[in-house]
Amino acid sequence: MGVGVSTSYGRSYSDRAFATDYRMPMEFTAAANLDELLDVKAQQPDAQLLAGGTDLMVAVNLAHHRPEQIVSLGRVEELKDVGSARIGAGTTWARLEQCQYTALAQAARTVGSPQIRAAGTIGGNIGTASPAGDGLPWIAAADAEIIVESKERGERIVPWREFFTGVKRTSLASDEVITGVTIPDNLPDAQEFAKVGTRNAMVIATVSCVVMRGDDGFRVALGSVAPTPMRATRAEEMINAESTISDAVLEEFGRIVQDEVQPITDHRSTEAYRRHAAGVLARRLVKRTLQ
Amino acid sequence: MTTRTTTGVHSGIGTSVGRPDGEPKVTGNFAYASDLSADNMLWGATLRSPYAHARLVKLDIAPALAMAGVHAVLTQDDVPGEPRFGQEEQDQPVLCDGTAQYWGEPVAVVAAEDEETARLAAAAIVVEWEPLEPVVDPDAAVANGAAFREMKIRRGDEEAVGSIVVEGFYETAMQDQAPLGPEAGLAIPDGEGGLDLYITSQWIHVDHRQIIACLAMDPDQIRCHPAGIGGAFGSREDISVHIHVAMLSLATGRPVKMAYDRTESFVGHVKRHPARMWYRHEADDEGNLVKVTARLVLDGGGYAHTSRAVLANAAFFTVGAYRCDNVFVEAAVARTNNPPCGAMRGFGAVQTCFASEMQMDRLAEALDMDPLDLRRRNALAPGDAVATSGQIIEGSLPTIAAIDAVEAIPLPDLIEGDDPRLLPGGTGLTTPASSVVRGVGYAVGLKNLAFSEGFDDFAEARVVMTTSGVEVHTAAMEVGQGLVTVCQQIARTVLGTDRVAVVWDDTSQIGSAGSTSASRQTQMTGGAVHAAAVGLRDQIIAAHGGDELRDDGVYLKDERIATIDEVCVAGPVDCLVQFRHPETFPPDENGQGDVHAGFVVAAHRAVVDVDPELGLVRVVRVDTAQDVGTALNPQAITGQLEGGIMQGVGLAVMEQLVVKEGVILNPTFTDYLIPTFLDAPDVETRIIEEGDHWGPFGAKGIGESPTISSTPAIVAAINAATGQRLSKVPVLPGDIAGSG
Amino acid sequence: MNVTITLNGEARMFDVAGPESLLSVLRNDLDLPGTKDACEQGECGSCTVNMDGEALCSCLVMAVDADGSIVLTVEGLSSEGELHAVQDAMLKHGAVQCGFCTPGIVVAGSRLLESNPHPTEIEIREALSGNICRCTGYGAILRAFEDLAAEES
Repeated sequence: MGVGVSTSYGRSYSDRAFATDYRMPMEFTAAANLDELLDVKAQQPDAQLLAGGTDLMVAVNLAHHRPEQIVSLGRVEELKDVGSARIGAGTTWARLEQCQYTALAQAARTVGSPQIRAAGTIGGNIGTASPAGDGLPWIAAADAEIIVESKERGERIVPWREFFTGVKRTSLASDEVITGVTIPDNLPDAQEFAKVGTRNAMVIATVSCVVMRGDDGFRVALGSVAPTPMRATRAEEMINAESTISDAVLEEFGRIVQDEVQPITDHRSTEAYRRHAAGVLARRLVKRTLQ
Repeated sequence: MTTRTTTGVHSGIGTSVGRPDGEPKVTGNFAYASDLSADNMLWGATLRSPYAHARLVKLDIAPALAMAGVHAVLTQDDVPGEPRFGQEEQDQPVLCDGTAQYWGEPVAVVAAEDEETARLAAAAIVVEWEPLEPVVDPDAAVANGAAFREMKIRRGDEEAVGSIVVEGFYETAMQDQAPLGPEAGLAIPDGEGGLDLYITSQWIHVDHRQIIACLAMDPDQIRCHPAGIGGAFGSREDISVHIHVAMLSLATGRPVKMAYDRTESFVGHVKRHPARMWYRHEADDEGNLVKVTARLVLDGGGYAHTSRAVLANAAFFTVGAYRCDNVFVEAAVARTNNPPCGAMRGFGAVQTCFASEMQMDRLAEALDMDPLDLRRRNALAPGDAVATSGQIIEGSLPTIAAIDAVEAIPLPDLIEGDDPRLLPGGTGLTTPASSVVRGVGYAVGLKNLAFSEGFDDFAEARVVMTTSGVEVHTAAMEVGQGLVTVCQQIARTVLGTDRVAVVWDDTSQIGSAGSTSASRQTQMTGGAVHAAAVGLRDQIIAAHGGDELRDDGVYLKDERIATIDEVCVAGPVDCLVQFRHPETFPPDENGQGDVHAGFVVAAHRAVVDVDPELGLVRVVRVDTAQDVGTALNPQAITGQLEGGIMQGVGLAVMEQLVVKEGVILNPTFTDYLIPTFLDAPDVETRIIEEGDHWGPFGAKGIGESPTISSTPAIVAAINAATGQRLSKVPVLPGDIAGSG
Repeated sequence: MNVTITLNGEARMFDVAGPESLLSVLRNDLDLPGTKDACEQGECGSCTVNMDGEALCSCLVMAVDADGSIVLTVEGLSSEGELHAVQDAMLKHGAVQCGFCTPGIVVAGSRLLESNPHPTEIEIREALSGNICRCTGYGAILRAFEDLAAEES
């Protein structure tokens, strides 16, 4: 026998009903710079970070999530740089659409809508750590690292595999702030992104994929097919052992990718289709990096 | 064609004059229901069932009532009058009466000082439920006798056989109208025990009837006023906030507003019935249809709403726009614990048009015949009998002309270059041009006009001549479609003046206009305005012994004999009309009879580019030829055709509510996908004007046609591109790619 | 928390206690209901405002975080009874039906023309792909913006 607004009502309504009071006072700090941001996080480790608002405000609006402490990093200019060694966490998708990293620019263009891209940031994508985060396969393919910083321990560079620990879970400590992403020295120029969705704009990825071709061979990363962004390691090993990329090799490569991903069936797609599409995308992107 | 020139009138019928509510809408000044407020206003909120099927064991409102700022908490025990409401059948309790029949059924309502307090108070109500097994399989429900309606159509010889037989099983998903304006309403006490209700509606008088019954009040104690409506598409045919907000206002003596958010909107209105349809078409060697046999099961969900009428439409359009002498249909709409379904644009005809047009393509394939030639060979024309009901078609029905016209539109070129926005998958960059195949598909759709089966269908309008211009009074709901413009145009043409304003009356000031549905208002309210304007004109001309009415007075042989001031010397002159369409009759036990008031036909051609390996589709073009009778406002017609097609695109390739054990898994705009600007095909339209036998100036209603046959045309095009025989909509990538 | 913004050319101050959105404040506290509330998750564009030169979903802007910014809503586009060119074009081409999406499209579209006065068809489509219209099928909206794009600057 259930009592109250049961969890089987599912998603939206149960969440909302137990939410805290909208009118409870909230502490809000608009950090002027990185030092102030780190100060606030040191004093208020539970404070939630507000960047573009494209995830946090959805939770506020729909789930009636009521954060008690907010620190906004919208005014922290140090976080908005795209350089040759790092991308600032506060860089918007609109800015990244124009960046020099081909596959990241391609991914940026598929994020939400123009309105979302003008607000949302890559740091938010990393912090939210959704399996479908559009920027995450690029980070995995680039073997980029997540730069985090706290007042107490200073800067910490975390390999992406250690940073993303599960569905919407990361190894970020409560007093830490994501400040950016490193750009590895050996980042291949030949890099391509693709994303499947059931609509041509404003769509959450059914599957996304980045393939890079560099001196060390092909790198293949995928999103929406596992709890975290993932590399198709076995498929990479297979294709990197081949001297020529024939159609037969690509077929086999695609099959391994299909096999290697760990997707689920949900209301957006099925496990079977996600496996299939992962293989097709990876195969097509290998071809694109060879063009 | 009717002459459309009236002396001195520039914005009468046949012109693409703009809408009178256009400027407030582009400047943000148009007041939608959700924008309304009143002094001293309270906010309402609704507690809903967390289960698709559950017994209400205990309901304790005390914790909510104890909260500061809470003024009322009401349950079914507080309903003063009839405990249940419903448009056709009064079967849904105002608030849950012991057993919740669907996920999200309203259980209690709260009024509080602000929106947040109301929401928190609703959450503070303690409810104890005993979950019951939900009935979610419509076939099983029908087998167990749980149906809102079952009907049979038996026409002709059951023993008839054709030499060519094709069979198929088809499914259409639960589609949501998803109007952009969520449900909202405001109730204001009148100080004398009654209320003024500002609500959204498609038929404000039928809402009024249900509201006063449940409140046990006299008709004149409750006045329903139309509030600005942000789209409808069938979703506002049934009651949402209406009775709740009125009860809260009566209980508190204060104005109360309720406004749903998007998720509550998805839960709080009826949707398009999902359908399962088995078909057998039999034809002779020449392609003449010999017999059609079908079994249709629609899922009506928890309560009846308009399910009975939707089922009739589905059944009567089983065969579509074709002749066939032998037709046998068994149809049922199931009562389950799924989300309740009711009206959505196309109203049952969408589902069977999809199935029957897929069948026609399969039949053409079996006959090795051009699909359009097969359709032309069997096309319904005036004087023919409708395949299902046997009703002889009066008026116009240009089926072959529509097919010819859409076929004659030049086909678009193949996409050149590699702009991803023009390829399947769009900016997702999934698909190189080399992976694309193109397909072209056609479909034809038939729809009835206005209400059927013997319903006493009428619309009332009053046209008033004043010294400052003409007023058209109506209670017909303007939901965005442009009725307001058409009413003006009709009155202008008849009365010889451009100075016409449409005034929306409340339910106490004018009689019913009937529903803004069934493609009916241009003909019904338009017909009433036309008749009232003609009556007014003739009355004024006769009173002054003239032969013509113009903007500045009554004329005789081109000389003015009375000014408008003189015409109105004793005050405004008016004419009130109740307009009825040709009588219809209930079907007999075999589904036979003159059940419909008229018919409209359309043909669609879709051009799609498909990436078969990934199953991605870009709908490149959807062209249409539309039977309109007479075009009253060409620009508004184009808007209806393009907008209706887009909802057909949605059903064809993306739109569906995903329901599991009665629970909607995607009640948000993140996951209920509606076509965006980048998903929208180009549309080329051809308007066919052959006039009709009873609409004003020969006009027909065209609100639903564009949504009916656009969906099967797109699927036919995907089939043509891929060589597949797809049988359900929406067609999702996995369906094409063959990976589920 | 006191917040000051420049709203449609005027300095406006408001007070918020919690994380409510700019959309909520515009509609409920600043008496500007022209900006529409249709999904509250950035998936329909009905609440689009121009904030510091960008078209943004005001439902995703935390009101307190808007402090110091310049905000233009649909109400601020027309002045002294003179419609903005985008509003005129929308009316001329019959691009308004129910009108609930219209304020968002007008604001997003005016921002597009500021950054790109002569967009191509496909640029118009992409720039407005965050604005859902359920009535028109976008055809008339496209014709309105193609008309504007063809105008000499």
